[in-house]
Amino acid sequence: MSAYVIRRILLIVTTLLLVTIIVFLSVRFIPGSLVELMVADKYRESTLSMDEMVAQVREQLGLDVPIWEQYLRWLGVYPQKDGKISGIFEGDFGESLWSQREISYEIFRRIPISLELGIIAIITALLVAFPIGIFSAIRQDTGGDYFGRSVAILFIAVPGFWLGTMIFVYPARWFGWPPPIVYYPITQDFWANIGQFLIPGILMGMAMSGTTMRMTRTMMLEVLRQDYVRTAWSKGLRERAIVVRHALKNALIPVVTIIGLQLPILIGGSVIMEQIFSLPGMGRLMLDSLSSRDYPVVSGVNLVMATVILVANLVVDLTYAWLDPRIRYR
Amino acid sequence: MTEATAKISPGTTIKMNRRPFLVDVVIRLFKEKPLGAVGAIIVLLLLCAGIFAHWLAPYGYNEVWVGSKLAPPSTRFWLGTDNLGRDVLSRIIYGARISMYVGLGVSGIGVVLNALIGLLSGFFGGRTDLIIQRFVDAWMCFPGLFIILTVMALVGPGVPQMIVVLGVLYGITGSRTIRGAVISVKQNVYVEAVRSIGCPRWRILLKHILPNIMAPLIIIFTVSIGGAILTESSVSFLGYGIPPPIPSWGGMLSQGRLDMDKAPWLAFWPGLALAIVVYGINMFGDALRDLLDPRLRGGLGRYSGGKLSKRLKRLKTAEK
Repeated sequence: MSAYVIRRILLIVTTLLLVTIIVFLSVRFIPGSLVELMVADKYRESTLSMDEMVAQVREQLGLDVPIWEQYLRWLGVYPQKDGKISGIFEGDFGESLWSQREISYEIFRRIPISLELGIIAIITALLVAFPIGIFSAIRQDTGGDYFGRSVAILFIAVPGFWLGTMIFVYPARWFGWPPPIVYYPITQDFWANIGQFLIPGILMGMAMSGTTMRMTRTMMLEVLRQDYVRTAWSKGLRERAIVVRHALKNALIPVVTIIGLQLPILIGGSVIMEQIFSLPGMGRLMLDSLSSRDYPVVSGVNLVMATVILVANLVVDLTYAWLDPRIRYR
Repeated sequence: MTEATAKISPGTTIKMNRRPFLVDVVIRLFKEKPLGAVGAIIVLLLLCAGIFAHWLAPYGYNEVWVGSKLAPPSTRFWLGTDNLGRDVLSRIIYGARISMYVGLGVSGIGVVLNALIGLLSGFFGGRTDLIIQRFVDAWMCFPGLFIILTVMALVGPGVPQMIVVLGVLYGITGSRTIRGAVISVKQNVYVEAVRSIGCPRWRILLKHILPNIMAPLIIIFTVSIGGAILTESSVSFLGYGIPPPIPSWGGMLSQGRLDMDKAPWLAFWPGLALAIVVYGINMFGDALRDLLDPRLRGGLGRYSGGKLSKRLKRLKTAEK
């Protein structure tokens, strides 16, 4: 097991390095318009000429040194201009272009909000997916199976942002229920907070439950075709014992990985839900900084999100290997 | 129809009537997968609406009726009009064309990239595989919508940009499945056989491996159409995808959201269209997967819980 863990962690480190390169390069293609925008922002109060201003802004953004130096500085393994070593390795994501606030502060302030949404979504997904998926498998090609699968595909097909908009508007029109606009932190008003997160969380969970349900069904079908299940049938066990004791345990292990793989989609979906239900989470930060062209914040958010997903997948993989010894010896 | 005859032992011949593959798939789709057939009909409807939009739509998608802004559904405007006085039904029908472009374009680019990356990585293996897979790993840990929004903000909104960006995303994400399929095909004896007679690599790839990974490629193509349409409309909903006045369902929904208090039907229709289309495509894709994947074809090894226990009971009573 320990050899497997070490191998996985080595792979993760390489992947993480590649992730930083992708994040770094994606904002290095900043359109020239950003520099012009920043120059225009300061030009009026300045006595410098246009060219000098451009040079100054480029220096402020750190664009005046070779690209590898920019990357190493941003990474935090190469001294900054003032000789200090500080970068993402030290937890320093730099400052926002416009508000001049610490990006790491902005990001970590918002993580709990996205996390809460994610947890509600995953719980909803599992509560819906497992029972229907299992039922669908043990009654393959019956009316119940068709119904269950239709529900699963319906959950995937119905756009969350559409349902969200509908829920946000129709009850408000018909019952005079005002959708929450202000965000209540969970420490201040627990029930108001839960009430605010429940609907977007459930909507996000629904989309996820569709895929999880189908995966559960497929895995159950696979396991139910195994010889040991046939043996269990032939020795006269009841169906419930076969399904619960013999099939379910083995079928649900791969489903765990699907939850890990779903994480990027889940986090992506939070952008839309946070926008509709005006929750100040990571997705909102992303949208706000995109519209104000605050690219250092954008790359910070992308990096944090990618790291979260990477670590979550590592945990899922290790759990998987721990549950299923065959994986370790591949 | 082609007839194949096989001699088993002298004197007995077995005649097999075999339908052409495509006809067989269609017939089995309607016989065995009623939901898949419904999906297929929805897909056909989308294609028809997309191709014949300019004949089907009562008005142009950008035709403004100044006198009737935000008009409720009526006999003149079946689904009402939007904030500028444009017929919503016409815009939905033209929106089907945009969705069709996006769905087919993204899946097309995606499948080609899937095949390229999957073949390279799976067939050559070793160091090539290791390096390519690390890049795929790194790419796959970005939340889809975040990376799309970042790239779309940089390249600017537009239909072609949207298709290429989504196509590349789907192309990299789906390559894993194809790589797995290539690796499992590579281990077959017939690949070893052609290699031993000195067949060049490119020929093995094109003639022996590619045809055998067609089933997963077709499945990925169908399944990602629905996802692509949904992602496109989410991105357009957030304002980074397809810019107005091009009628994208996501963009229409986000515009309709602003006029929700005056005209609540505006946001309803595009979402409904989206839900029906994605539902149909997914149903169709699902049925196709079941039909093309021989392991799920049923037959002897097939488990059928309730039916099996009933059969067992019948056997028991028969014994008595």
